[in-house]
Amino acid sequence: MTLNGLAVGCIYGLVALGFVLIYKATELVNFAQGDLLMLGAFVAYMAVVWWGLDYWVGFAIAVVVIAVFGALLDATVLRRVIGQPQFAVVMLTIGLGAMFRTFASVTWGSEIYTLPTPFSGVWTVGGVTLSHQYLSIVAGTLVLCGALYGFFTHTRIGVAMQATSQNQLAAYYMGIPVKLIFSLIWAISAGVATVAGILLAPVTLIDINMGLAVALKAFAAAVLGGFGSIPGALVGGIIIGLIELYAGATLPEGFKDTAPYIVLLLMLAVRPQGLFGTLGRKKV
Amino acid sequence: MRFVFKTSYAQDIQLFRDRMDAFWYVLLAAAVALLPVVMSEYYVGETTWVFIYAICGVSLMVLVGYTGLISLGHAAFLGIGAYAHAFFIKHGVPWVAAVALAVVITTACGIIVGLPALRMSGIYLAIATLAFATIIQEVFSRWESVTHGFAGMPVEKPVIFGVSFAHDTAFYYLCLFFLVVSLWLTRNLLRAPTGRAWVAIRDSEIAAQSMGVNIAIYKSMAFAYSAALMGLAGALFAHKIAYLAPDIFTILLSIQLLLLVIVGGLGSLHGAVFGAIFVALLPPVIAILRDSIPATLSSVAGATGLSLFGAIGEGVGAFLRKPGVEAGIFGLILVLVILLEPLGMYGRWMKIRVYFSTFPMYKRATFKRQKTYMRSERLR
Repeated sequence: MTLNGLAVGCIYGLVALGFVLIYKATELVNFAQGDLLMLGAFVAYMAVVWWGLDYWVGFAIAVVVIAVFGALLDATVLRRVIGQPQFAVVMLTIGLGAMFRTFASVTWGSEIYTLPTPFSGVWTVGGVTLSHQYLSIVAGTLVLCGALYGFFTHTRIGVAMQATSQNQLAAYYMGIPVKLIFSLIWAISAGVATVAGILLAPVTLIDINMGLAVALKAFAAAVLGGFGSIPGALVGGIIIGLIELYAGATLPEGFKDTAPYIVLLLMLAVRPQGLFGTLGRKKV
Repeated sequence: MRFVFKTSYAQDIQLFRDRMDAFWYVLLAAAVALLPVVMSEYYVGETTWVFIYAICGVSLMVLVGYTGLISLGHAAFLGIGAYAHAFFIKHGVPWVAAVALAVVITTACGIIVGLPALRMSGIYLAIATLAFATIIQEVFSRWESVTHGFAGMPVEKPVIFGVSFAHDTAFYYLCLFFLVVSLWLTRNLLRAPTGRAWVAIRDSEIAAQSMGVNIAIYKSMAFAYSAALMGLAGALFAHKIAYLAPDIFTILLSIQLLLLVIVGGLGSLHGAVFGAIFVALLPPVIAILRDSIPATLSSVAGATGLSLFGAIGEGVGAFLRKPGVEAGIFGLILVLVILLEPLGMYGRWMKIRVYFSTFPMYKRATFKRQKTYMRSERLR
């Protein structure tokens, strides 16, 4: 059972990771992250079921398509609002999210779809049943995080991204193409959301509202971990996933959905900067 | 162009800029009061929605537009007001007392939410209010002895001092009365030191603090006042909708309220009213277009003999009939407003007014926005 919580937590962590990547680099908060996840899952479904492609090919197509879409979104829409109040950006991405949902419901209809996956068996280890679905989520998260870690520390572009998110102006003076880097970060973030969506698809099934619920929890996860901290996002996601599961199992009905938020509010009251966050004071 | 010659500082904060201004508002009030005479019952009902949304808009405008605090959970306050009012009405409390109690309860909730909010800003506040709203929504559906959960809770028609406001037209005037009162109260607060302190906090918290504004007190006040207005709106909302259920007060309603203040224009009371007109009247307008566009275009196709028009009309009609399209249209308008006209409908209205009052001399550059590159909110 802990594995289930861990797996759902990993999804929250991945979506939260997408929030944090974008926030660290561009200071934009992307409320449409959950809807990117939904779009990714739909594209994968279309590739696998409608076109009859292999699961892994569909996976790759979905990630690439949504990543390109994310980059284009940054280049055409979100770049224009950099520097405007954060509130405007939040509302802008909420509006975009609503548009994506409408697009999905017009294109794919509002039915619920099932994505066939190669992970269907179970392993029994010492009397405990481990379903491949949940294991695949945890494994996928681990692989993806390892890959991202390697990318950010060992490649030129990754290091350039780190530099850009630390100090935009200085990075620009060092000859880093900041605009391109922003678009790439959006692409990575959208790609991560797609992976999360495809991994989640067998658990929650695919419908147009699958992203919204996940995004709200993931948002809580990102804040719990301290907005702007990558390990914090993952840890926060896993904590939220576990809390949700154990609250659902042990507390009275109704606490499953609210317990993460109650913990979040307590956390914000005690330590507003989150688990791994740092709090600065503006100096004049 | 008219210039107002100012001879004292008191002129800066008077209720109306000059007599002309006052005259126009009185004319507007008279026109709105006479509307039910010329309108059909259906439109009287829709206009009542405009008034209720406008009270919500004023409430949110104080918090978001004037104090600069984000709240993604205002539907929860609306719900608390609505349920509290319906509960007291059901238990035989007189109408005025029930409204007063509902307002007091929402105000208390506003202060409770506002207190932890003092330490947070920006995105943390947004998520905290969102968490609060989620919890409250769960409370609405679980606390069945008060809210009747998902079974729903019918609300009786308002009866004030023995006078029944059951008729749509009577209820229209009731809502109009409360809208005018809340606009007047808010305008008075905004032109007093309280309002200037709020604006100062919005523009720069540190500067406000340096000037001696007690941030904690004024932020809590903004939350409390905003929640109080929301409670009032909730009481009217309960009567208007007549049947309360927990799934009315979701995050989507909160977002719709935020959409209202943004489309209307942040930082102006006019904006709250403009936004309310927009939010309340767009769904009926879409419903009308859904039927009239295919009909018009097919008649055009019949007249010109081009079947293309008919096909386009059918396509548009079918598209508008799909589920969830309305949310997408709201989203699209939100995106366009933020990108093209951040001051919303009020900003556009101001530009049009300036265009005509300076007629041949209008310059676009008057309203040119300063180019911004990056503003860090991390160090606040």
